[in-house]
Amino acid sequence: MNTQVTIAGVTLKNPVMTASGTFGSGMEYAEFMDLSRLGAVVTKGVANVPWPGNPTPRVAEVYGGMLNAIGLQNPGIDVFLERDIPFLKQHDTTIIVNVCGKTTEDYVEVVEHLAEEPAVAMLEINVSCPNVKEGAIAFGQKADALFGITKEVKRHAKQPVIMKLSPNVTDIAEMARAAEAAGADALSLINTITGMKIDIHKRAFALANKTGGMSGPAIKPVAVRMVYQAAKAVKIPIIGMGGIANAEDAIEFLLAGATAVSVGAMNFVNPYTCVEVVEGIERYMEQYHVESVTDLIGAVRE
Amino acid sequence: MKQKHTAKVLSQQEIALAIYDMWIETPLAADARPGQFVGIYPKDKSTLLPRPISICETDAARGALRIVYRIAGAGTREFSGYREGDAISLLGNLGNGFPLEQGCGKRAFLMGGGIGVPPILELAKRLEARKDIIAGYRDANLFLGEDLAKYGTLHIATEDGSAGTKGNVMDAVRENGLEADIIYACGPMPMLRAIKAYAGERDIPAYLSLEEHMACGVGACLGCVVKTKEIDHHSHVHNARICTDGPVFEAKEVEI
Ligand SMILES: Cc1cc2nc3c(=O)[nH]c(=O)nc-3n(C[C@H](O)[C@H](O)[C@H](O)COP(=O)(O)OP(=O)(O)OC[C@H]3O[C@@H](n4cnc5c(N)ncnc54)[C@H](O)[C@@H]3O)c2cc1C
Ligand SMILES: Cc1cc2nc3c(=O)[nH]c(=O)nc-3n(C[C@H](O)[C@H](O)[C@H](O)COP(=O)(O)O)c2cc1C
Ligand code: FES
Repeated sequence: MNTQVTIAGVTLKNPVMTASGTFGSGMEYAEFMDLSRLGAVVTKGVANVPWPGNPTPRVAEVYGGMLNAIGLQNPGIDVFLERDIPFLKQHDTTIIVNVCGKTTEDYVEVVEHLAEEPAVAMLEINVSCPNVKEGAIAFGQKADALFGITKEVKRHAKQPVIMKLSPNVTDIAEMARAAEAAGADALSLINTITGMKIDIHKRAFALANKTGGMSGPAIKPVAVRMVYQAAKAVKIPIIGMGGIANAEDAIEFLLAGATAVSVGAMNFVNPYTCVEVVEGIERYMEQYHVESVTDLIGAVRE
Repeated sequence: MKQKHTAKVLSQQEIALAIYDMWIETPLAADARPGQFVGIYPKDKSTLLPRPISICETDAARGALRIVYRIAGAGTREFSGYREGDAISLLGNLGNGFPLEQGCGKRAFLMGGGIGVPPILELAKRLEARKDIIAGYRDANLFLGEDLAKYGTLHIATEDGSAGTKGNVMDAVRENGLEADIIYACGPMPMLRAIKAYAGERDIPAYLSLEEHMACGVGACLGCVVKTKEIDHHSHVHNARICTDGPVFEAKEVEI
């Protein structure tokens, strides 16, 4: 049985990763699991300088998931390279760094810093965070802007580039094609779906930011549909995510056309989710006599 | 080491209106410290996130810990229906807890307001100090008073004056002419702000247990931050995580 998958020349031991922002840089969940079991750890978004993020409340529970408006709080690339990368290097897993910024220059600065760090296997560029006012999502909601930022990042990046797409668009296939045309090596989707919650007793917004990104099991059907549409539209590999709670969910994404998957909000519900997904995929492969996990990619019957 | 596991409810009773008192058999009891909390997962799938609830008391001999909580919404309502022998899903032990060394041998105020009273009990049990325990409630719907009185001098304040001092915990301090070298407190934000101001005026340390909405409970999501005076060692911005760097902070360190 072979659980390996390859994305832009980088081979992962299995197709299960952590979704950016739900797993820090792995330190917190290393108390619960052996990070070496994971296909990859995708870190929290990191910018060129420290970002304080949004006021609280930053999180709210909703039916079937949660809203967050963290606002990409991060310690900045210098601390990240000194502290988080050495920690992750101790584990036998692939390191993917998620990058955020407000301007093209911000993104490029981070990408250039990371170019000198061979332990970083891939970059994931977040152009789809709904919780910061400037930049960020603006790059992810218009095909020409996405094309521009992808091209610029590719020009400076040493590692393969994954563009992380927003679901808050009319036509995901058009966005996927724009990123591919600009040279993206892979795509990841979906980021959170913009939502809102109002406390009727206080007549107040549940989040200080008013709106937040929705994640968790309730968004899974939207995510599976978008992964399917994006996979049809492009040739580059896709990392699928959105509401994955168990191996069955993950396999759905693979069948829809994803080469790998990420587990996000469900880490909060069960800190052992990622490892359980890895083990569940292995059991499914045994049960259905699947030789290689790659046989599952896009294998839904049309 | 933190863990999520399924534990067993040993007993549960309603000790005041909508206030429940539950003992849980769990290995987490062995090294739980006062001021730490557990995340309790409701079973209903519409309520996914763990509910942070303070450790009220531990009983190492029985391998049990006690929580006292108020029905605030769907999650706590579900917990209130649990009976002896039922399974309960816990994440723990979370947070830093109250520092005991600092108060050793001193005159200490242990202050709890409303549903902030429960963590004061285990603190009162373990702290070796001259303890004035000041518990504030909305009305005569009191709870944990008898337990607290075993470990120090208990003073009660109620907002409507139906028991003890009329007013809040600070009013009880004034009315009884109490003095302290150190304060430990848990309660609603206006109470904690008043304590911070009082401690600042007298230049005495105050350790406050803070509350915020949480998602992971373990420091990974950055959902539960409080503004800090200095740049935080972990975040490198003026924000600390209540679930891991707290919930207890020295009053001077946080902007509340
Ligand atoms: C460190 C800490 C210790 C606590 N200790 C106690 C305790 O000992 N006893 C007690 O009765 N209560 C305690 N609380 C408050 C308790 O967490 C909430 O009352 C509880 O989460 C409400 O859940 P619910 O499903 O009943 O309410 P809902 O309003 O339905 O909850 C919806 C969501 O909001 C969150 N939430 C709602 N109120 C709060 C709150 N005040 N603080 C944080 N999250 C909240 C819930 O966790 C859930 O994710 C503590 C909170 C914190 C942060
Ligand atoms: C608390 C939280 C923080 C997040 N932070 C980031 C981030 O920094 N960068 C990013 O690209 N996505 C971020 N995301 C989005 C997730 O990586 C993921 O795309 C999304 O949550 C959908 O997956 P899920 O339903 O499994 O959570 C965050 C999500 C959550 C819940
Ligand atoms: S709740 Fe996630 S960091 Fe505190």
